[in-house]
Amino acid sequence: MSRTETAHLSAALHATGEALYADDCVPPDALHATLAIAQSAGGRLLAVDLRAAAVTDGVVAILTAADLKARRTIGPIRHDEPVFTDAEVATWGAPVALVVATTREAAMQAASQVVATVEGSPLPPDLASADDAGIYLTDPHVITWGDVAAAEASAAIVFESEVETPAQDHFPLETHASWASVSADGSVHVVASTQHPTEMAREIAAVLGLPEALVRVEVPRMGGGFGGKESQSTPMGVWAALAARHTGRPVVVRFDRRQHMGWTGKRHPFRARSRAAFDATARLVSHTVDLVSDGGASLDLSGPVMDRALFHLDAGCFTPNGRFTGRVARTSRPSNTAFRGFGAPQGLAVTATVLQRAARHFGLPLEEVWRRNVYTEGRDVAPYGQVIEDPRGAAVLARVCSQSDIEELRREVDRFNASSVYVKRGVGVAVATFGISFTNAMLNQAGAVVNVYTDGSVRVHHGGTEMGQGLHTKVATLIAARFGLPIGRVIVADTDTGIVPNTSATAASSGTDLNGAAAMHAADAIAERLATVAATSWGVDPSTVRFEDGSLHSAVGSRSFADVAQAAWVQRVPLSAAGTYATPGIQYDRVAGRGTPFAYHTFGAAVVEVEVHGLTGEHRMRRIDIVQDCGRSIAPLIDRGQIEGAFIQGAGWLTTEEVRYDGLGRVTTLGPSTYKIPSAGDVPAHFQVTLLPNADAPRVVGHSKAVGEPPLNLAVAVPAALREAIGAFGPGEPILGLPASPERILAAIDAVRRG
Amino acid sequence: MARPLPQISARPDAPWFTLLNALRDAGHTGVKEGCAEGDCGACAVVLVDGMTAPARPRAINACLTLAAAVADRPVVPADGLGGPQALHPVQRAIAANGGSQCGYCTPGFVAAIAEAAHRTDWVHEGDLDDALSGNLCRCTGYRPLREALRATAGSRPNDVLASLAATTPRPASVSAPSPRGGFWAPATLEELWWIQRDHPDAMRVAGATDVGLAINLHGARPHAVIALDRLPELRGMDADADRVVLGAGEPLADVEAFTRTELPVVARMLRMFGSRPIKMRATLGGNLANASPVGDLAPVLLALDAHLVARSPRGDRTIAMDDFFVGYRATALAPGELILHASIPRPRPGQRHGAYKVSRRREMDISAVAFAGRVSVDANGCVIEARLAYGGMAATTARARATEQALLGRVWGPDAATAAGASLDRDFTPLSDVRGSAGFRATLARNLLLAFAIETEHDDFVALPALPTATVVTR
Ligand SMILES: Cc1cc2nc3c(=O)[nH]c(=O)nc-3n(C[C@H](O)[C@H](O)[C@H](O)COP(=O)(O)OP(=O)(O)OC[C@H]3O[C@@H](n4cnc5c(N)ncnc54)[C@H](O)[C@@H]3O)c2cc1C
Ligand code: FES
Ligand code: FES
Repeated sequence: MSRTETAHLSAALHATGEALYADDCVPPDALHATLAIAQSAGGRLLAVDLRAAAVTDGVVAILTAADLKARRTIGPIRHDEPVFTDAEVATWGAPVALVVATTREAAMQAASQVVATVEGSPLPPDLASADDAGIYLTDPHVITWGDVAAAEASAAIVFESEVETPAQDHFPLETHASWASVSADGSVHVVASTQHPTEMAREIAAVLGLPEALVRVEVPRMGGGFGGKESQSTPMGVWAALAARHTGRPVVVRFDRRQHMGWTGKRHPFRARSRAAFDATARLVSHTVDLVSDGGASLDLSGPVMDRALFHLDAGCFTPNGRFTGRVARTSRPSNTAFRGFGAPQGLAVTATVLQRAARHFGLPLEEVWRRNVYTEGRDVAPYGQVIEDPRGAAVLARVCSQSDIEELRREVDRFNASSVYVKRGVGVAVATFGISFTNAMLNQAGAVVNVYTDGSVRVHHGGTEMGQGLHTKVATLIAARFGLPIGRVIVADTDTGIVPNTSATAASSGTDLNGAAAMHAADAIAERLATVAATSWGVDPSTVRFEDGSLHSAVGSRSFADVAQAAWVQRVPLSAAGTYATPGIQYDRVAGRGTPFAYHTFGAAVVEVEVHGLTGEHRMRRIDIVQDCGRSIAPLIDRGQIEGAFIQGAGWLTTEEVRYDGLGRVTTLGPSTYKIPSAGDVPAHFQVTLLPNADAPRVVGHSKAVGEPPLNLAVAVPAALREAIGAFGPGEPILGLPASPERILAAIDAVRRG
Repeated sequence: MARPLPQISARPDAPWFTLLNALRDAGHTGVKEGCAEGDCGACAVVLVDGMTAPARPRAINACLTLAAAVADRPVVPADGLGGPQALHPVQRAIAANGGSQCGYCTPGFVAAIAEAAHRTDWVHEGDLDDALSGNLCRCTGYRPLREALRATAGSRPNDVLASLAATTPRPASVSAPSPRGGFWAPATLEELWWIQRDHPDAMRVAGATDVGLAINLHGARPHAVIALDRLPELRGMDADADRVVLGAGEPLADVEAFTRTELPVVARMLRMFGSRPIKMRATLGGNLANASPVGDLAPVLLALDAHLVARSPRGDRTIAMDDFFVGYRATALAPGELILHASIPRPRPGQRHGAYKVSRRREMDISAVAFAGRVSVDANGCVIEARLAYGGMAATTARARATEQALLGRVWGPDAATAAGASLDRDFTPLSDVRGSAGFRATLARNLLLAFAIETEHDDFVALPALPTATVVTR
C-alpha cells in the first residue's frame, strides 16, 4: 500500500473559496429563521408575547411549542431538550419561538421583540453550587479495584489534590447552520453542518411525525466540528424542517457567532478531588478520585463524557488499587457537550498534576516519573479490567525525550533560570494513552457503498462526515490503494442519509476506523469479482491477481482497471457493493465498572518548553516536540495536521481560552474579541511532530490508528511546563489555576515567592 | 480560472451594509463570516488601495468594511486570485502543505498571505507573524500556514494584484444621496464641509473598525454616512529634528512602518495593536476620537506630550493630549470638527520612554492595561519630569499624577519605580471585567512601571525583540 503525502482532497477548493458549506448553497428563495429566547436564566414559562414580533416587516411566520404535533423534545440520549420551551426554562438560551422572515435582518429584529414571562428560580449557575445543592443529571459511575486502604497504609507518600479544569468553546470557524426544504410528497431534505446527520434525521422524523425514510440529511462538509456539532447541531435541522413545512419554502437557520457562543454547550468543566499514594520508587500504588462535571441544563452527552473521563483517569499509568467515581451536576449553563477528547483530557489533567507533585517530592524529572508509571508488559491491567495490549507509552516517551534532547534542554533551562530574575523557563512532559471506540458498544458500526463505473472511476459513499479531519481523503486513499488506482480516480461523495443510513456520529476519533473498514469491505467484494473476471480471461487463480498502477496483474498478463470494469459489466457482474463494519470484542458493564470498552489504545508523548515573565504573567511556548503512535499512518500529512491542530487546541484550552459566565450561568464571552483561541504568534517555530515508526496496528483498517482526539490530551504538558517555570521563582509549590491566563500565572508566581 | 472581480452594489439606502454581506450576496461565498467583529479574518479580502501611489494591496476585514466605501474600488477575494485548476502561488503553497483542514479559514489566509507576497518591508521574523495576526484557524495549529507565508512572502508574483496595483487610480469622490440619507466619500475637505453642512447628523467613518462593530454587534443602522478615507488632507507623515507629524487618516499599518525608524516607541505599541488587517483600515484619528478607555495609542501620545491639530470650517486649533479626553468616551472635539494630524515631540537624548500592553493573548487582543511613559533626568540621573499614562485603569486614558510626583527627584531606576509605584493606588481605582480583575490591573500598573525602569535604567529606549515572550524586555 502506498503511503504518500496526500493533501486534503478539497484543498484546492478550500484555497480558492470554491468549497461549499451548508450556508453557501441556500436556495435564493429561502426564508431566514432565528430563535427568540426566554431571556431568563430559569423558572416556569408563563407567557410568550408575539404581538410586536408578528407585525415586524418581513415576518412570515412564528413557530412556538403550540406548533409541535408529534414529539416535543429531543436529545441524543435522554429526550430532555424541548424543541420549543413550553414549561421549564432551564437555561438562558431556552428557545421559546422561531421567527421566520424574508431576510435575516428582519428575523433578528423581530426575534428581539418577543417577550417571555418567566417566574421562579433558576438552576444553580455553576458546578460548585449545584454540587452543594445536590442537583445532578446522573447517578454516580463507580470503578473500584484492589485494596486502597492497604495500599495507602504501605505508601511512602499520599497526595491530596483538588484539580479544576475549565470549559472550552469549540470555536469552529463555521457556526451552526442548516437549511431544509419540503417536497410536495412531504419528504424533507436538509443540508446541514453536522457530525451526526442520522441523529438529525431521526429527530426531524420524530418531531414532524414522519417516517425516517422520508427525511434525508446531507452534509457537504463542515467548517470545523470538534464535537460541538455532534448533538448540538440537531435542533438546527429540526427547526429548519419545521419552518420549511410550515411555510412551504426552504428555510435556513444559522447562528451568528454570538448566538453560537451564547446558546450552545462547551467542553465540560470538571472538578476532581484526588488522593494518590506512591511507593518509595515514585510508583503509583493507589488512586482515589471523585469527579464532578458541569453538565449544564440537560443531559446531552454528559454521561458518556464522564465515562471517558473516568476511563482516562489512569493517565496510561498502571495503578494497582483505587476507586474512581464520577457524577454530572446540573446547572443553568447551556448544556455542555462533546468536545474533542470527550472527557479524557479532563481525566488525564488530574493525574498529570499528581505525577508532577510526585516528581517534585521525589526530586525526579517529570519524564522519569512518567516512565516508571506507564503501562508496560505485565503492568498492563487498566482499572476497568481491560488488558492494555501492546503498550507503547514508554516507547513514545523515550523517543520524544531523545527527539527533544530533554537532558540538555533541562540543563539549558537551569542555566537560564540561574541568570534571569524576571523571566523563567520550564519544561513539561506528558504521555497520553487514549482508548479508541465509542464507549457505548452499539455505536461502533458503520456502512458504506462503493460504486465502480465502466471507465474505471470509483465513487464511495460512507456514513462519516468531513469536518476538516481528512476522513474522505483517508477513505479515498484506502480505496485507491485497494484497487491500485491513483487517488484522483476515487470520488468520495457528500454524506447523505438517503444512501448510507443509520450511521453513528463522526466522533470518538473513529471515523476512519469504522467508515474506512466498511468501505474496504465493499471494495473487497468488488475487487474479488474483478479479480475473478480478469483471472478467468487469463486462466489463472483469482487469488494471484494483484491491483497495481491502475491495472490488474497476474503472471500471465495485465489489463487496465477500466478494461476489467468494462468487461465485468458486459458479463453482468455487479460493480456496486455495500459494506459494513462492527468493531469486534468490545463490551462494558457500567454497574460492575468492568469490561473491555476499547478496541485498542493509542499512545503519544510531548515535551514542551515555556518561558514565563514574572512581571506580567505572560508566557510563550518556545519548543514543542511530539511523538504520536498513528499505527501505520494512512496519510501522514493529514495525521500530522491532526496532531498539530489538536495540540494547539488543547494548549488554548489550558492557557488563553476562558469561557466566562455571569451569576446566572449566562455566557459573557460571546466572540473572539473576548474569547481568545491561540493565534499564529502563539505557536513556536520549533514544533516538531514525529509519527512513531514501525507501529503497525494489525487489527485496524490499513494497520493505522485513530488520531483525531488523542494528541489534544498532550497539551497537559503545557501547564506542566508552566508550573516548572513558575516554581523557579521561589520556594513554594507551584499551584496554577486553569486556564493559565497572565492573571493566574502572576498569582501563582506570587504564591510561590511567598513560599 | 479565477473569477472576475466582484461587482459590489453600493446601496445608498443602506450605507451601513457591509462588504462581507455584499460579497456573499453577489455569490462570492468563499468570503466567510466567522465572527463579524474583525477578530477572525475568515472574511479577509484584498483591497487594492489607490490612496497611496503606487496603489497597494491591503488585506482587510470585509465584515467591518462598508460596501459603499469600496464599491468603486478593486476588491479581490480568494476566488479572484486563482481557481481550483489554476491556483495562485499562495493558494498552491497552502493547499499542497496541509494548510487547510476544514477550509473555512483558508480564503481569508489566502488574502492575508497574498498581500504578504507583495510586501517588501521585512525587518525581522516578527513581521512575518504579523502577517497572520488577523486570521484565526481552529484546525491546523498554523505551522503549515506559516510555512506557506515564508515560502511566498515578498515573492512579488505577477498576479491580478500586481496588475491592479499598476493601474488603480486614486479613488474619486462619491456622492450617493438617498431619500433617508445617503453615502458620501468626499475627496477634498472643501467637499466634506459642504456635505456636513447639509447632513449634520451623518455618521463619519474613517477605517470603520469601530463603527463596523457598532453596526454588526450593537445594531447601529446609520442612514447617512460620510467616509473620511479619501481625504488627502488627513494623510501624510513627516518628521524633522524635533517633531513627528502623523496624519489622522493614515492607516495604522502605515504609521507603524513609518514610526519604526522615526519614532520607535509608537511602533512598539502598534506592534501589539489589533492585527495587520485591522491596522490596514484603522486610523489614528479614529483611535483617538472614539475615546475608548482601552485605546492603545492614547497612552503613548499622552506620555509623549503630543498635541492634535483639529480643523473645522471655522479654522484650525491645537488641542494638547492632556486636554483631549474630557470624560468617559468624550473628547474636546466640537461637533463636525476633524482631527487633522497629531504632532509628537521626539524624545530628546536622555529622555527615557517606553510603551507596553498586557492582554490575555499577545496578538489581536484588547489591553487589560496599557502603559506608556516618558521620564527626563538631570545630569545626576535624578528625575526632573515624568509623564506616565495608563489605559485600562480608569474611565479615560489618564496620567498617574501622584506617581509622577513621587518620582521627581529620585534617581531613575527600579528602586525609584518601586517606591513611586506605591502611589498608583492613589491615582487609580481600576475595575474588574472580562479582561482582568481590579487587583490584577493594579499589580500590572506597578509592574509595568518597574519594567519600564529596568529597561531604561541605562538606555533611553529598548525595542521589542522578534517573537517576544512579554510586552516588557527585562531579564
Ligand atoms: C478586531 C479589532 C481589534 C482592535 N484592536 C485594537 C487595539 O489593539 N488597540 C486599540 O486601541 N484599538 C483597537 N481596536 C479599535 C479600533 O481599531 C481603533 O480604535 C481604530 O483606530 C479606530 O479607527 P477607525 O479609523 O477604524 O475608526 P472609525 O470606526 O472609522 O471611527 C471611529 C470614530 O472616530 C471618528 N473619527 C474617525 N476619524 C476621525 C478624525 N480624523 N477626526 C475626528 N473623528 C474621527 C469617527 O467619526 C467615529 O466616530 C480594535 C478594533 C477591532 C475591530
Ligand atoms: S468575520 Fe471574523 S473578521 Fe470578519
Ligand atoms: S482549516 Fe479549519 S479553521 Fe483553519
